[in-house]
Amino acid sequence: MATVEALVAGPITADTVIDQAAPSKRWGRLGLLVPAGLLLIIGFIVPLVIMLWYAFTDPSVGFGNFAWYLGDAVQQRILLRTFTTAVNVTVICLLLGYPYAYAMVAAGPKLRAVLTLLVLVPFWTSLMVRTFAWVILLQDHGPIQSLLATVGLGQIPLIRTNLGVVIGMSQVLLPFFVLPLYAVMTNIDRRLILASSSLGAGPITSFFRIWLPLSLPGVGAGSLIVFISSLGFYVTPALLGSPGNSLISQQIFTQVNGLLQWGRAGTMGVVLIVITLAILAILALVIGRSTSTIKGVR
Amino acid sequence: MRKPAARMWKGALWLFCALVALWLAAPSLIVIPLSLTDKPSFSFPPTGWSTRWYTNFFQDPSWVGALASSLQVGALVAVVATIAGTAAAAALTRSAFRGQQTVKAILLAPMIAPVIVVAVGLYALFLRTNLLGTTLGFVIAHSVLALPFVIIPVTASLNGFDRRLESAAAICGANRWTTFRQVTLPLVAPGVISGALFAFVTSFDEVVLSLFIQSPYLQTLPVKMYASVTRDTDPTIAAAATLILGLTTVLTLTTTFYIARRNRVR
Amino acid sequence: MSDSSISQGAAITLNKLTKRYGDATAVDAIDLNAEPGEFLTLLGPSGSGKTTTLNMIAGFVDVTEGEILVDGKPVYALPPHKRNMGMVFQHYALFPHMSVGDNVAYPLRQRRLPKSERGRLVADALNKVGLANLSHRMPRQLSGGQQQRVALARAIVYSPRVLLMDEPLGALDKKLRDSLQLEIKRIHAELGTTFVYVTHDQDEALVLSDRIAVFNQGKIEQVGSAQDLYERPSTIFVAQFVGESSLFHGLAVDHGAGKGVLSSDRTLHAHRGDARTGAPAALVVRPERIRVQSIDGTAPSGNAVRGRILQEIYLGNSRKLEVELGDGSKVLVRESAGDVTANRPGDLVWLTFRAEDAVVLTSNESPDRPQAADDHVPVFASH
Repeated sequence: MATVEALVAGPITADTVIDQAAPSKRWGRLGLLVPAGLLLIIGFIVPLVIMLWYAFTDPSVGFGNFAWYLGDAVQQRILLRTFTTAVNVTVICLLLGYPYAYAMVAAGPKLRAVLTLLVLVPFWTSLMVRTFAWVILLQDHGPIQSLLATVGLGQIPLIRTNLGVVIGMSQVLLPFFVLPLYAVMTNIDRRLILASSSLGAGPITSFFRIWLPLSLPGVGAGSLIVFISSLGFYVTPALLGSPGNSLISQQIFTQVNGLLQWGRAGTMGVVLIVITLAILAILALVIGRSTSTIKGVR
Repeated sequence: MRKPAARMWKGALWLFCALVALWLAAPSLIVIPLSLTDKPSFSFPPTGWSTRWYTNFFQDPSWVGALASSLQVGALVAVVATIAGTAAAAALTRSAFRGQQTVKAILLAPMIAPVIVVAVGLYALFLRTNLLGTTLGFVIAHSVLALPFVIIPVTASLNGFDRRLESAAAICGANRWTTFRQVTLPLVAPGVISGALFAFVTSFDEVVLSLFIQSPYLQTLPVKMYASVTRDTDPTIAAAATLILGLTTVLTLTTTFYIARRNRVR
Repeated sequence: MSDSSISQGAAITLNKLTKRYGDATAVDAIDLNAEPGEFLTLLGPSGSGKTTTLNMIAGFVDVTEGEILVDGKPVYALPPHKRNMGMVFQHYALFPHMSVGDNVAYPLRQRRLPKSERGRLVADALNKVGLANLSHRMPRQLSGGQQQRVALARAIVYSPRVLLMDEPLGALDKKLRDSLQLEIKRIHAELGTTFVYVTHDQDEALVLSDRIAVFNQGKIEQVGSAQDLYERPSTIFVAQFVGESSLFHGLAVDHGAGKGVLSSDRTLHAHRGDARTGAPAALVVRPERIRVQSIDGTAPSGNAVRGRILQEIYLGNSRKLEVELGDGSKVLVRESAGDVTANRPGDLVWLTFRAEDAVVLTSNESPDRPQAADDHVPVFASH
């Protein structure tokens, strides 16, 4: 009860933007952050700190784990594979998702509802269920292989290959690409296209000169989410791939579960998080700059 | 303006989208026919039909137990994450303080952080605090992942809420608690309800954290499925998958229609 | 809960009322009072402090300094829901999830009135605003004008002794505004409640109010009836904000019993004025009090200024002329349809007016008109 009581304790002013509440009230409202904060500390921050701790202390204090990681050719191959997988997944999502998002914007209201529903279906379909479905579809002598055989493409191994992993992950992550892109595209002023064509630009010129640049922030956001999620994806690669072509997440699992190498698992975790943060930082810079130039042009 | 070439482009676009839509929605659906196969294998398409895998599911205590644990943990997470997330969303939308953006970023961080890293850390923590394989452990772990999915819709509906209505209620003689109960809550309810739904579904679907914090005594359904996929080719898992699919679909559609109706009333 | 349908309005007194946000002063030590049953309008441009003042009376904004008295009792300690005032908001603020009837019944529900009486009072209030049979509709099914009537009904249903209105007609179009203004005036007469009405629309203020307080930069420039403000503005701001004014700039001089303004080429006089002798001042005349006379050699007696007509604006029942004076400033003249002269844009004319129609007021800005001897050459050289 105290929570909800405090929830409405805000200043009930119609037109004051500035927080005018007395200091005690302000602290009361910041107190609303306590439950979420506690959860986050126990369930998120402490575990990450533990991983960091292990990376530098287990089995001995120092940079030993990092020296091992950087010196180990196998680990570097895995890191590289993780990157190429993430890039492939992102590119597939881009190629499939861009036209789809465009069609969602261009469609009439009914068709748009259908397209939106279809992109939302994966959201309420369990990841485990979808991955399991891909296990069935990609299995040897499974439906996709028989289809390929009838077309005359012969046997292409899919399950337990990186190709299978990429196919499964792209399907799982496609909605995360489409939705932010769609959000950006709906906000593009379509009169700009009309203006452009009234100035004599053909549809293709209009698309490349107007639509594409204005939708780039959405492409950036979508790619970012897909790429970062791909880097740390575990379930899909674990079930569709094989230990022979594992990704970094599978390595982390193995280090802890099979080898009890907490320090090495921690090191890989740190590597993964640092890379993620670095990408976020770079893209935030790039996107920030490009959107500000777009605003500047307006 | 409309040339045959343009028509062709449009046709190609729609065809392409139909294929993408198929690729998005169809794969999951194959678990339904598979769950009705009469053979103890994953061979697809099935050649004969039976419901024996459903019988199997409901007669096997480990499957039923996993389903029960999942429902229990999911319900608790829905409650915990919705309360914590709604409170946090209120703090974020109703007051301005320094570092607000940072706080928001940290609260949403579990959405993009690599779960596997959190999972290993959590495993280490729970190992020491004896929370492995406990309901409490599951609820904490899943609630953290669910928080962003509550905060986002609740923040959106709080932002869309016209604060003047609270002023209007106050001048009509309603105190703060009454105002909250009779005006604020009914109007932000759609956001809170979708937050609760997302929280439940997040917990109900969660695999990675659960794999680490499970014990033989407490497994959730996705964990049981994961173990089953890696170990054997028993179509009971297809029955389980179909049940999950059905449950989450019904839940989501009900909530969506409920919210749509409420929004129409507004 | 008294059942008297004629509620007596309350007296409101503001003493040195001040609101500061950090370094910015939104309302600067204002003194103002409303008599019981009065229709008092707070008029001013946006950001002048009128809405903040209203919100302080309602209790939505904390008072920095000063006090608010209702019937002589300070209301500082009362939260909004205990002040027993009614309020109508600019954007209706109807509860979107409640029917019209439930919206209007809401204040009664808070006051725990029995259901039967609630129904009677709601029907009564809806009747007063002319929406008797829309009780079951939802707000979104109503037009803007209807929604504002519902908001009005909700504010008067419990016969509050004070009714606050924050630009209630601001979101409506002109025609609707005019008809609702008359209705608000009628309801005020019926209820006897004290109305405090905020608007930036001077026409609205003139139509509705018993008295108007003109706000500017957190201060009150003048309080008075519509006639006071229009005919006896006490500052140049009021003269310009309430109705149109023509200003003749110069230095204040004493002139017989009244005041005068001395400019480079003439002295103009007024019967009234408060500007300090020698200070920069402006002589203010309403445009309809100025006559236009073509230049035919003989200078008219009394107040007369030469100028050139720049343009003519046809307004149906009158025409407005913009006239450029010798010092480069521009003034307006209004000729009603019956008295339109033959003067046209480009003509050199005499502008004349009576001293009793003019007032000399202090300019807060230093006279920015060039005082040099050659300043009027461009206008007069062509003849």
